[in-house]
Amino acid sequence: MNRRVIRAVGLSVFGLMLLAGFVLLMVRSGPLAPVRVTTAVLERGAFENAVFGIGTVEAERAYAIGPTSPGRILAVHVDVGSEVRAGQLLAEMDPVELDARLAASRAASARAVHALESAGAQVRDAEVRQELAGRNARRYASLGERAFFSDAAVEAKRQEADSAGAQLQAVRAQFDAARMDLQRLDAERVAVERQRANVRLVAPVAGVVTARDAEPGTTLVAGQSVLRMVDPASVRVRTRIDQGRSGGVRAGQAASIVLRSRPGLTVPGKVSRVELNGDAVTEERIVQVVFDEPPKDFAFGELAEVTIATSRGADVLAVPGAAVHEHGGRRGVWTVSDGATAFVPVRTGEASLDGRTVVLEGLQAGDRIIVHSERELRAGERVAVVESLEGTRR
Amino acid sequence: MISLAGRDILHHWTKYVFTGVGLGLLIGVTLSMAGIYRGMVDDAQVLLRSSAADIWVVQQETLGPYAEPSSVRDDAYRALRGMPGVADAANVTYLTMQIRQGERDVRVMAVGFEPGRSGEPPFLVAGRGVVRSHYEVVADLRTGFRLGERIRIRRQEYEVVGLTRRMVSSSSDPMVFLPLKDAQEAQFLKDNDAIVNERARTAANPGLNRPGVPGLLDALLASQTSSRSVNAVLVKVASGHDAERVAENIRRWKHLEAYTWRQMEDILVSKLIETSARQIATFLVILAIVSAAIVSFIIYTMTLGKVRELAVLKLIGTRNRTIAAMILQQSLGLGLIGFVIGKTVATLWAPYFPKYVLLLPDDAVRGLAATMVVCAIASLVAIRVALKVDPATAIGG
Repeated sequence: MNRRVIRAVGLSVFGLMLLAGFVLLMVRSGPLAPVRVTTAVLERGAFENAVFGIGTVEAERAYAIGPTSPGRILAVHVDVGSEVRAGQLLAEMDPVELDARLAASRAASARAVHALESAGAQVRDAEVRQELAGRNARRYASLGERAFFSDAAVEAKRQEADSAGAQLQAVRAQFDAARMDLQRLDAERVAVERQRANVRLVAPVAGVVTARDAEPGTTLVAGQSVLRMVDPASVRVRTRIDQGRSGGVRAGQAASIVLRSRPGLTVPGKVSRVELNGDAVTEERIVQVVFDEPPKDFAFGELAEVTIATSRGADVLAVPGAAVHEHGGRRGVWTVSDGATAFVPVRTGEASLDGRTVVLEGLQAGDRIIVHSERELRAGERVAVVESLEGTRR
Repeated sequence: MISLAGRDILHHWTKYVFTGVGLGLLIGVTLSMAGIYRGMVDDAQVLLRSSAADIWVVQQETLGPYAEPSSVRDDAYRALRGMPGVADAANVTYLTMQIRQGERDVRVMAVGFEPGRSGEPPFLVAGRGVVRSHYEVVADLRTGFRLGERIRIRRQEYEVVGLTRRMVSSSSDPMVFLPLKDAQEAQFLKDNDAIVNERARTAANPGLNRPGVPGLLDALLASQTSSRSVNAVLVKVASGHDAERVAENIRRWKHLEAYTWRQMEDILVSKLIETSARQIATFLVILAIVSAAIVSFIIYTMTLGKVRELAVLKLIGTRNRTIAAMILQQSLGLGLIGFVIGKTVATLWAPYFPKYVLLLPDDAVRGLAATMVVCAIASLVAIRVALKVDPATAIGG
């Protein structure tokens, strides 16, 4: 009898314990359980912000070198990677008939010189003739007055003198024409010489050849490039910054650049220019960032990650960005009071790259807010504050 | 008054409890099955909740972006934002893909969103949200990614900066949230080989690679690699406006398909998971029938095992009502034990299911009621047998 009572009591106690465990399990897990959250206490402090963008390494000054008239390439003297001086011959176009035309031009010029000389001699001859005729005419005229010669003979001599004057005029005009001819042919010769020089493609500045677009024998139209070169002194990172964050970017701000080819290495630089033109399609602002000291080896067109330090404040109230939620159409944070949640609308300012958001209105230093939560919160929900949620079961 | 049922149970308590445990495991499976169904529906709705949108604007004549592929130009949102009743419009992309993590592949749904807009993860369990416009992700806990881990999606490496929970696609793939521009690139930009091949193909086309038009080929090649599409635009309706009206307006004037919350829920819940849900429901019904059958068999055999005792009871003049009450009490007790065990094991093993198991308290209450009713009905056969026992059996053979 006694043993039976003990057994009954034991079983009941065991059963009650199991039931209690069951109830506890139901309350501690599943939908009835309090939401586990992590919290943070607000403090005023330093706030540094930066913006992030990606860009490509480019040269600000790039040159495409090619012929100004259609033609075929005769020779290309440099290759990709060659360092060239200003004025160095880089490539030559086939002059085709230009050399022959130049020879013709030169010959014509030389011939014109001779023609000019001959015209000069003719002028001198005409001058002498005219002088003689003049003298004869004067002599006949004075002798005619004393009636040694008939009037007809005197007039014939005067006509001879006038005619010699006219001849001189004509020969002088011919001389002028020959001089003009010489000028014209000289100019033509210079033009052909210039054309001949133009088929030589020379470097406009000192730089590095980045592309060789055509090989000897290729026929090109005017404006097509044979070589491309850049001025390596003008290397910069053309960075695209999201328009929504580009507000604080100014020329002169410090930047850190990470090239894709060397992910672990941060290269210092600074903003050299904030372009006035943004990209309307990608909604980005273009910012030029220069290296403080250009890295030794890099590739043009290489991807780079750029972080630009924009603003800093000393006494700023900031919350972790994960704490800011949108609830009922308003932005705000959740706070805990008496183990239950409450929503506090706040006005937020800029968000920093380390994930903090400036609070302009709505909270004070010392307030305790919910940062992470196990699920979306509702007003008045019971919460249990824990250290970390990272080990949460899925 | 001595409790006959209690006495009898006390006598064979091990047998009784073990039977209860067995029944409990069966009920646990049934509850889990119901939980799996609830989980599937919840998975579908989680997508809607995490989007935090009132209207989904997608490609015309598609059921996108979850049920069908949809592609919308990514500047469509500007036109939508200017429409009456639209408070905000945000681009999103969705792409189911595999991400390599060490030795294993993780199947995820990559969501491209604009930080600070609709479509971002509504809460985090660790870390911070995405603040850079590139190369940062927030991942669901189920992906197994850790904070600070670097993962590779297509051609870029991303850092996991935040973790969230219960963010899954309708097929239970955990989500990874990444900045929109990166997601567009991952989704629409081809791999390097494809780009090179495409370039060669274009260059080989004499109509596109014309002599005498320098720059034409370059321009064409550049236009081929741009990725300017998104899968959907999430629209928030301004307060005081009717979502259905706004959606109708969008459909009419923007030549895009617009779904309100209700329509999208309908697509996700009744169209996308309908077959699997029906499968689960069928299983659930079968399990319920099997449980009921097993309960009645157990009660029946337990009663048959006590024929002699019942005959003695009858012989000493115990009333039928008392005997029936004893069997009913035992049956209900068995059901109660089974339910408690079932609910406990279901709660304990639920997190280890590969799919989300949602055990609703309402379902538990309904399950308890059903168990009790089934046990009561199951005891009827046993009661009938007990009442038919001939008192003479107590004395005879």
